[in-house]
Amino acid sequence: MQGFIGRDIARPDGPAKVGGTAVYVADLVVPDAWIGGTVRSDVARGILRGFDRDPAFDWTRVAFVTAADIPGENVQALIVDDQPVLASANVEHWGEPLALIAAPDHATLEAALAAVKPRIDARTANFDPERSTQVFKAIDIVKGDVDEVLRALPDGARVFEGTYRTDSQEQLYVEPQGCIAWPPDAAGAITVKGSLQCPHYVRKALVRCFGVAPELARVVQMETGGGFGGKEEYPSVVACHAALLARAARRPVKLIYDRHEDLAVTPKRHPGRVTIRAAFAADGTALALDVDVLMDGGAYTTLSPVVLSRGTLHASGPYRWPAARIHGRVVATNHVPYGAFRGFGAPQTCFAVERIFDRAARELDIHPFALRRQNALVPGDTTVTGQVLEHSVGSLQVLEEIARSSAFDRHDWGAARGEIGAKRRGLGLSFFFHGAGFTGSGEDMLKGRVRVDLLPDGRAEVLAGSTEIGQGTNALFTAIASEALGVDPADIVLATPDTARVPDSGPTVASRTCMVVGSVLADACRTLRARVGDAQQPWRERARQFLASGGEGSVTVVYASPVGVRWDEANYRGEAYPVFGWAADVAEVEVDVDTCEVDVLRFWTAVDVGRALQPRLVAGQIEGGSLQAIGWAHREVVTTREGRFEQDRLATCIVPTTLDAPRFHVTLVEIPYPHGPFGAKGVGELPMDGGAPAVLSAIEDALGVHAAHVPATPERLLHLLEPSSPSVHA
Amino acid sequence: MKVVSPRTVEDALAALASASPNTRILAGGTDLVVEMESGRTRPDLVVDVGRTAGLRWIRATEHGLEMGAGTTCTDLLRSDSAARHADLLVEAAREVGAVQIQNRATIGGNLGTASPAADLTPVLFALAARVRLRSLAGTRELAVEDFVTGYRTTARRPDELIESVSLPLRRDGERRAFRKVGTRRAQSISKVVVALAIGPKHVDARIAAGSVAECTVRLRTVENLVVRGTVRGDRARAHHDLYRGVDAALRIDIRPRDDVRSTADYRHAVLTRMLVRILGELPPT
Amino acid sequence: MRSIFEDADAIELRVRVNGTPHVLRVPPLRRLLDVLREDLGLAGSKEGCGEGECGACTVLVEGEAVLSCLMPACQVADAEVVTIEGPGFERVRAAFLAHGGAQCGICTPGMIVMTRAWIDACTRDGVEPTEDGARTALAGNLCRCTGYGAITAAAVDAAGGASSGVSS
Repeated sequence: MQGFIGRDIARPDGPAKVGGTAVYVADLVVPDAWIGGTVRSDVARGILRGFDRDPAFDWTRVAFVTAADIPGENVQALIVDDQPVLASANVEHWGEPLALIAAPDHATLEAALAAVKPRIDARTANFDPERSTQVFKAIDIVKGDVDEVLRALPDGARVFEGTYRTDSQEQLYVEPQGCIAWPPDAAGAITVKGSLQCPHYVRKALVRCFGVAPELARVVQMETGGGFGGKEEYPSVVACHAALLARAARRPVKLIYDRHEDLAVTPKRHPGRVTIRAAFAADGTALALDVDVLMDGGAYTTLSPVVLSRGTLHASGPYRWPAARIHGRVVATNHVPYGAFRGFGAPQTCFAVERIFDRAARELDIHPFALRRQNALVPGDTTVTGQVLEHSVGSLQVLEEIARSSAFDRHDWGAARGEIGAKRRGLGLSFFFHGAGFTGSGEDMLKGRVRVDLLPDGRAEVLAGSTEIGQGTNALFTAIASEALGVDPADIVLATPDTARVPDSGPTVASRTCMVVGSVLADACRTLRARVGDAQQPWRERARQFLASGGEGSVTVVYASPVGVRWDEANYRGEAYPVFGWAADVAEVEVDVDTCEVDVLRFWTAVDVGRALQPRLVAGQIEGGSLQAIGWAHREVVTTREGRFEQDRLATCIVPTTLDAPRFHVTLVEIPYPHGPFGAKGVGELPMDGGAPAVLSAIEDALGVHAAHVPATPERLLHLLEPSSPSVHA
Repeated sequence: MKVVSPRTVEDALAALASASPNTRILAGGTDLVVEMESGRTRPDLVVDVGRTAGLRWIRATEHGLEMGAGTTCTDLLRSDSAARHADLLVEAAREVGAVQIQNRATIGGNLGTASPAADLTPVLFALAARVRLRSLAGTRELAVEDFVTGYRTTARRPDELIESVSLPLRRDGERRAFRKVGTRRAQSISKVVVALAIGPKHVDARIAAGSVAECTVRLRTVENLVVRGTVRGDRARAHHDLYRGVDAALRIDIRPRDDVRSTADYRHAVLTRMLVRILGELPPT
Repeated sequence: MRSIFEDADAIELRVRVNGTPHVLRVPPLRRLLDVLREDLGLAGSKEGCGEGECGACTVLVEGEAVLSCLMPACQVADAEVVTIEGPGFERVRAAFLAHGGAQCGICTPGMIVMTRAWIDACTRDGVEPTEDGARTALAGNLCRCTGYGAITAAAVDAAGGASSGVSS
């Protein structure tokens, strides 16, 4: 062991970031580049008949692009080909891109955008998922016979029911979406650089939109100012648009959204409605679970099927259910399409099951901590899909640790408290798990690959399509490669994610970069190390000798499931995920009883990450993810009116500031995962799942009201306290 | 568009003298630049008084506290005079945006913009501030509630500049309170803001609120409740009576609306509850 | 509506940036952020919102932290402007690296500039730099990555104060 595992190394991207010299797409100086803008629908549904272009404007000063100018297919390639790059006839949501304009400067661009009006015959739009007639995806998970269990409940058993709603949430990466595209070169090759998570997704989209071979579409990731899922699928839209404009303008075009546009049209978290019925024996033993999940997918399929998949697969919570039935569907509405956001469907369903556990604890008069521990999945248990948990199951350990750090197990939760002044405090618990990596056979179909090349000077270059988006990929890969090769971090070079150079490692999503790509990287490094040999000389010397003697200095490894695929996609049975991360949160809130304002004062979290390869990065993921979850729990409001997001300015799109953030107390639990690199598994999304139920549980402890709608805004809480007053938000 | 950056108040007044109604005065820029960026304002003339001499000062006098219109929130936070005479205004200044905004946002700008959500203005109402306006034709002084006339409108004529704001001396035994309910703990626009100053023995009361009507408003019916001081009886009963009294009074005093930050119901209920708590804790007369 | 700030006739702007004097011809309402990024090539100050909400464009003008997206060029005439590219940030930068205060990095320049303004204010006013003080000072700088604990710990550390710290 070299000692780069479990010990923080310097972030390779750190000095440039703190020095202000890191180059994000908006910082790129490209001589002669024009700037792009988008003509959008001002109705939520209709038929596009054409454009009225003001003849007083000199249209030769700009490039104007419509669907007719698309050289390839008018398809935004993702899962289903239902979303056009530019609408040509049917308009399905407010803000849908209809045409594009590039101009030499802001004044000309703004004048041109003001001089074109789309002609749209408006049609009736539907914004209510309950009334949708189009199902993007439906999923059923069945374990045992729920009806039979409910029919023959033992004496004293109780059934608890509830409907739990979660509103949308904005990712709010602080750097808005943006790409710059160059026009096709003599060979027809196009290049796009941008702020993005998944360069190979963007390339795939360009290939379809331009009808070119993959080699002719090059995508380069710039420094990326946050993603959180928000730059998983949407950069493909920006990239296609920028590339179309560059082709039309015959010059580079920068298409960078301002904050208003970014907030108004980019995908956010799927709103959810989860109806849950749970049966418990009198002693608290969980007997049966019946869940109905409905998600609003918005106007196009985008990633909705896989978001629903993860949502239904987490609807059981980390609990042992002898019988379970989970039905989920995600449907079309005329909302702006919803998309990827950290947690990816799981926060919506975890919230519901955790709230039902609080309700059951209260009604059965069992401590909420005890009720959860009693029913926690443990090694050897079977999940609702029939997966037998074998490795790295830190369920009881995270519960023990959260009890030790927060003393929640000794807290008299939900005890009635008289009014003592204007503020009341409360504590709340959540317990949750999150599948790491792609669902089911996803990783085997994806075949993520990593290459490691020896450079002439003996350093090793890591070539991967995984991106650094703040989470620490660069430091992580440097540590893994250093450890696996047995070299110093200075001997490692990271290639820029550039599809012309790096192999497709799969997207930077799904908490898979460390566990999946990291393990492939470790394998590649071990192979290379075995080739070069473990002689006494310093690495670079050995590597140069190896190359000089004609050694093959390039190693590519393709991911293969360590245990083979055991997943039945048709019936949702089998190993849903290679492994799960486990965690428990305790939130402490202070509630102003006059205003129902909630402050989260302290936040304890215990997380089983398998192995914390870079503890500081792991803590950063956990604290940052937890604050996003806390913000969603009670402050971050996203509403729509006639299909339009009402929070289209940062003044109204509220996320936590320093003064809204609690003091975090993070405990890392390490139950190694044998198939992850050095025992690691995923951590990125996990912290998003537990914040909302913990905060609402703490509010219940403080105020005595069982909030069932995220975010639990002061307006909603006041309504729960004063049920007679009408609430507009409710 | 034309932009002038006068170095003296006289030059500023000269620029304003012939100004069209579509002229905007630029001080700290924290409102105007945002309005322009959003496309809501496109002035013909911008008179930039950000560096005009003689607008940024705080002075304690025998009559009270005077502040130049260019006084920033940060100036208030750093001023011993303000801390002594206008603690409530300092408290409100601390709630404006965050440090960067406090460094730029001015008391004149907060008044002149006349946003219904202004944080400082309710305090100026409660503390009986007077606003001094100056033009080439001379100066005049208005009570602050006569200065604010409606949604983003004021009594300032296009040729006038807000020169200063003055507060009377604090009276012995005066009770003051300020509460802002925002969307978060900092960098927040208010859902409800309330400021009050109640004279010794409740001989008078000045209570003002923001974000509950088209502009900052005095809550005169609530004030009458306080001055009449009719609440009697056992504590629980008194609390109940007070709640009903304030609730009913606010139905006259405010016209809250639903907007992207909150709801009319919430604003009404929360203002009621905050006032009941503050008034309920007043010492008996 | 960026063009509105470019509308009026250009003025001659004399300004010192990071100690270097510049004479520029710019429209008077051109945003300081654009002057820095486009006219002077100092791209370290970031545009996260363009409406004074995120703090990513924070710079020092005459030693005071301001939002350069809300600052018209005419208001920095003859002023001293300091950006993240300027001198004097070494200690704060090192603390941010040591504590993991920079993740995606887009808020980092504004955070670091604001941290320095806070440390300067603490020194000037003789106030002890505490974690609560850092939180108040940095409340106008949004970060979506860290949860802020690492940032405020870095700020307190850079200020030479004792951090209650983040227990990890």
